[in-house]
Amino acid sequence: MNFKLILNIAFHLLQARLKQTIVAAVGVTFSIAMFIALVSFMNGLNDLLDGLMLNRTPHVLLYNEIKPSENQPIFLSKEFKNNTNFIRSIKPKDIGKSIYNSKTIISVLKKDIRVIDVAPKVTSPVFFNSGTIEISGVINGIDVLSEEKLFKISDYIVDGNVTDLLQNNSIIIGKGLSDKMLLSKGDIIKITTSKGNLASLKIVGISEIGIAEIDNVMSYTSLATAQKIVGESTNYITDIQINLYDMASAPAVAKEFRNTFNLDTIDYQTANSQFETGSTVRSIISYAVGVVLLIVAGFGIYNILNMMIYEKMDSIAILKATGFSGNDVQWIFISLSIIIGLAGGLFGLLFGYIFSSIIDIIPFETASLPTVKTYPINYNPLYYGIGITFALFTTTIAGLFPALKASKIDPVEIIRGK
Amino acid sequence: MENNVILETKGLSKYFYDPVKFQVLKEIEMRINYGEFVSIVGKSGCGKSTLLYLLSTMDTAYEGQIYIHNELVTGKTDRALALIRNEKIGFVFQFHYLLAEYNVLKNVMLPGMKLGKYSDQELENRAMKHLKTLDMEDQALKMPIQLSGGQKQRVAIARALINDPLIIMGDEPTGNLDKKNSDLVFDIFNRLTQEEKQTLLVVTHDTDFANRTTRIITMEDGKIIS
Repeated sequence: MNFKLILNIAFHLLQARLKQTIVAAVGVTFSIAMFIALVSFMNGLNDLLDGLMLNRTPHVLLYNEIKPSENQPIFLSKEFKNNTNFIRSIKPKDIGKSIYNSKTIISVLKKDIRVIDVAPKVTSPVFFNSGTIEISGVINGIDVLSEEKLFKISDYIVDGNVTDLLQNNSIIIGKGLSDKMLLSKGDIIKITTSKGNLASLKIVGISEIGIAEIDNVMSYTSLATAQKIVGESTNYITDIQINLYDMASAPAVAKEFRNTFNLDTIDYQTANSQFETGSTVRSIISYAVGVVLLIVAGFGIYNILNMMIYEKMDSIAILKATGFSGNDVQWIFISLSIIIGLAGGLFGLLFGYIFSSIIDIIPFETASLPTVKTYPINYNPLYYGIGITFALFTTTIAGLFPALKASKIDPVEIIRGK
Repeated sequence: MENNVILETKGLSKYFYDPVKFQVLKEIEMRINYGEFVSIVGKSGCGKSTLLYLLSTMDTAYEGQIYIHNELVTGKTDRALALIRNEKIGFVFQFHYLLAEYNVLKNVMLPGMKLGKYSDQELENRAMKHLKTLDMEDQALKMPIQLSGGQKQRVAIARALINDPLIIMGDEPTGNLDKKNSDLVFDIFNRLTQEEKQTLLVVTHDTDFANRTTRIITMEDGKIIS
């Protein structure tokens, strides 16, 4: 088949109906542009909201859970081995929050090629003292550099600098805490641990995540300071946080580490299942709206091609009489719709990008999100790929039926009919 | 002598089913030899146009067989028939049927471009040559809408000639033209048979035109009577 000739004929037919062609293409452009803008915006918001919670959650967390021992003494007895044993009033066994042999585990994990980085953490409940008032809270002893690498905590520091935590006896407290206790950067805060140890730390920063529950209780200090406050050695680690290159593999990796290190593990997906559901639903909505827009554009193309076929009956008849097969005629009309789809789609991508950029510079200031100044946009090239694929797919389908009709036109009927 | 036969039919019958079953063509047996200028005449409704459309391979709903250049075309696929029309048959219709989107030159070249036997440059030369013999070379770059009826018909003849067809078929090619232009078209056809040995088959009800051709086939009630 001579595609060059077929394209040439398609172009000439388009030129003859330039106005309608442009209207059809604009329909596609509009749909694709809206689709791109909508999906980018929706996913930008998704990323922002997910980031609030999910960025703060490691892909895999290793810790000791307080739970009853799985192997009760009765199970060891040969005498009752084949019996069903009922045990009442089991109490959980405290094996301590400290991860046994943590240094070795960390060094093994750091060598694992699947792991981006490992961030050890010491978490302890504490009381923040302000005069006679005690406010309960949590202190997180973090490895500042790896914590920053994995969770970008500097994004949430509204005052001060996260690297100042590297100094001895320094602390970053939540915005809620600082407001309640009227403390600001440079002040000294007194802390009592659950075991009664007292410590005075210098505030080097204020953090604000935007979730009041967290901002009211959270504080950060360095690993060494935290170990000192709780009165433990430098081996004392309560949590090991791991981020993986392949986030989707987290459940499998979590299970593997549970067996390897004999620790409790929880993966990202399990810890945040409700957030995942929300993101998925939002994505589905934006795709659904995009698809609907494209279907509407598809009907426009269908109409215009149908009209064109009625107008061009004579031309189709003469093409057939002079040696073009039904197949050739079909391809002429399919290429017509592909040309409309491609031109409309490419402009759609361009306008979609422009719309996204405009949304991206609209100011969006909210107290709960200190680092966000404008509406978030996700410029993922994938959406542009999906957009142009959709455009071509719907226009081809829309063109297919008129094209089939054109291919079946009987030239004799038209030539005789005159 | 077999090789001299361009077109042959065997027991060609055709029915119309709407509104009632009606036999339009009855067991037509005919032959057209190389270099003949044949006209088919008959009263309106005798089936002469229907016969032409069957012979042209555009209408495939018939009984019997059609041979073009001793090759059976009955039962071939749409694509194969399109190729036969493209390569072996040239058409001139009552209404010129030029493509309004293309200029005269492109209209003439289009069947040649479809065949793909010659390069575009070569086709352009051939198209210009044909237009020149038809005295139309100065109109080559005009659009069909700017031409008169007689001029359009001459363009259609040039288009029919572009692929050096075995046979040119005309369906009332002069039916829409005045006397002067009819004569002009006839002279062109006549010159083609005389000088180029071009085979022509023309359906007409213009007896003046028919009388001047080399052979007249008269039809009545779906049969050839002479």
